[in-house]
Amino acid sequence: MSNTIIELQHVSKQYGDTEVLKDINIEIEQGKFYTLLGPSGSGKTTILRAIAGFLDPTKGDVLFNGQRINDIPANERKVNTVFQDYALFPHLNVFENVAYGLRVQKIAKADIETRVDAALKMVRLNGLADREISELSGGQQQRVAIARAIVLEPEVLLLDEPLSALDAKLRKDMQYELRELQQRLGITFLFVTHDQEEALALSDEIFVMNDGEVQQSGTPVDIYDEPVNHFVADFIGESNIVAGHMVQDYLVEFNGKQFECADAGMRPNESVEVVLRPEDLDITALGGGKVTVDVDTQLFRGDYYEIVAYDDAKNEWLIHSTNPAKDGERVDLTFDPEDIHVMRLNESEEDFDARLESYEGE
Amino acid sequence: MKKTTNLAFYVPYILWILLFVIAPMLLIVYQSFFNIEGQFTFSNYATYFHSSTYIMMTINSVWYAFLITALTLVISYPAAYLLHYAKHKELWLLLIILPTWINLLLKAYAFIGIFSQDGGINTFLQMMGLGTHQFLFTDFSFIFVASYIEIPFMILPIFNGIEELNEGLVNASRDLGAKWWQTFTRVILPLTMSGVKSGVQAVFIPSLSLFMLTRLIGGNRVITLGTAIEEHFLTTMNWGMGSTIGVILIIAMVVIMFLTGERKKKGGRRA
Repeated sequence: MSNTIIELQHVSKQYGDTEVLKDINIEIEQGKFYTLLGPSGSGKTTILRAIAGFLDPTKGDVLFNGQRINDIPANERKVNTVFQDYALFPHLNVFENVAYGLRVQKIAKADIETRVDAALKMVRLNGLADREISELSGGQQQRVAIARAIVLEPEVLLLDEPLSALDAKLRKDMQYELRELQQRLGITFLFVTHDQEEALALSDEIFVMNDGEVQQSGTPVDIYDEPVNHFVADFIGESNIVAGHMVQDYLVEFNGKQFECADAGMRPNESVEVVLRPEDLDITALGGGKVTVDVDTQLFRGDYYEIVAYDDAKNEWLIHSTNPAKDGERVDLTFDPEDIHVMRLNESEEDFDARLESYEGE
Repeated sequence: MKKTTNLAFYVPYILWILLFVIAPMLLIVYQSFFNIEGQFTFSNYATYFHSSTYIMMTINSVWYAFLITALTLVISYPAAYLLHYAKHKELWLLLIILPTWINLLLKAYAFIGIFSQDGGINTFLQMMGLGTHQFLFTDFSFIFVASYIEIPFMILPIFNGIEELNEGLVNASRDLGAKWWQTFTRVILPLTMSGVKSGVQAVFIPSLSLFMLTRLIGGNRVITLGTAIEEHFLTTMNWGMGSTIGVILIIAMVVIMFLTGERKKKGGRRA
């Protein structure tokens, strides 16, 4: 673990009676793209502020390269932030905004020129150096904010929902650019967002936050395919979550039927929740599938149809299909054993990982 | 129909401007071209520019106004800054505004009481065994009282400027490695400069023509253009000369307004 650059140990933060962070333990390695993902109020920005030095944790330590930095002021920390509202200095032009961090370090003028020009080139803003901030579009301001931070060559760049103010198209473009920039610079990015698609697309690793706790951490694929609990399954992607119980290892019962599955390690007859992703469900003719449903409505989403159907127990089923269905039609749904993901109720991430290891190692 | 009613709303305002702003100014300019016998002349201006007394008086006025403005600014900026971060800032603000509701003369008389030979300060000094001192009718007392009176007019615009400052910019500056002093000089001060300018206007311009205080507190040791105008109109009855000084004062005010006014910033790299 020599390349761990930032570590949070048992960090918690309280404002009066409200606990916004509850015993956070996070390790961040050098050179990767990390995302803190969660709904608003989940504490993700609070973590960023604790790392940047804008707030003191009530308890716990923030480590940077193994050194405790709780008492080091923000201006002496080797991290830089891209703020949600960009926080560009309105009285300075683009060049001076980017040069700001170099000027306060009293770096030689010639060096400043070359480094600022290089940073502006990096975010494809060369040529706009003399513009005033008010003359820039949202996307351009975004780039200035990034250039202003990366010109200081920080070891870690903190990004606080930097894309949330941009329109959808620009947002997609900037996602690609951010990812590319991170790979080119090789510095650690810690990115905060509430947009799960953005998190899945950009990250090497995601921390899913809710209620001031890290619910699950892992690669986008891990988190998508094997959500640890109801919240994660619901928040990441679309999902059908049905109550059921575990008959025995690799056999789960829901909707009054028993299904083969790929999960094990629960007590026999334990109550569980079953997750089925809409894109894993296939529509087949009546009699040929595993669950019988009535198609209720469907929406054309461009690259797929989003179909809402109800089974006889009135459970809602969401299906993504490339082919349209007929409203009111009675059809069967089919899926493979590995499409079923079984979640225990109130299982912690640690127990979940341990259980997974216990039977996957067999 | 609608247009005429809209116009009607402007009538009181336009009348007010015409009668109490435009007309007096024109009258002053007109008066300044007549001598004490009522003959048309440019001699008032000639006298003004050839008289070392008037020139000294002008320099004096500007100098004292500058001192008063500088002193209030030095006190007001930190005060406004602290006020921004204070709890119960509305209460503190009220306490700062409150003295402005009291009549200027009342405040002047109160200071006569405080500064006089048997006033509060001298009684206190005597008790401490430091003897009595002359406070009233000194430059010190004049600048002190004038600053005291002007401070609210300086604090308010600066306070508003600081309130409008985006706290995120201060954080951004710290994040980029700036020390507190660098953040202050590079971000906070430039972005609150418009408040400072309004404050300077609100203090410097009235200070140029202070005359009641020069007499009551300064004991006529400090003679400014304001005093000179009062003397010419009420004592020597030389209205022409008084008006000439008035015109000079108006020009001085316009110059100050121009110097402290907002100008559109030009783009361009600053090395």
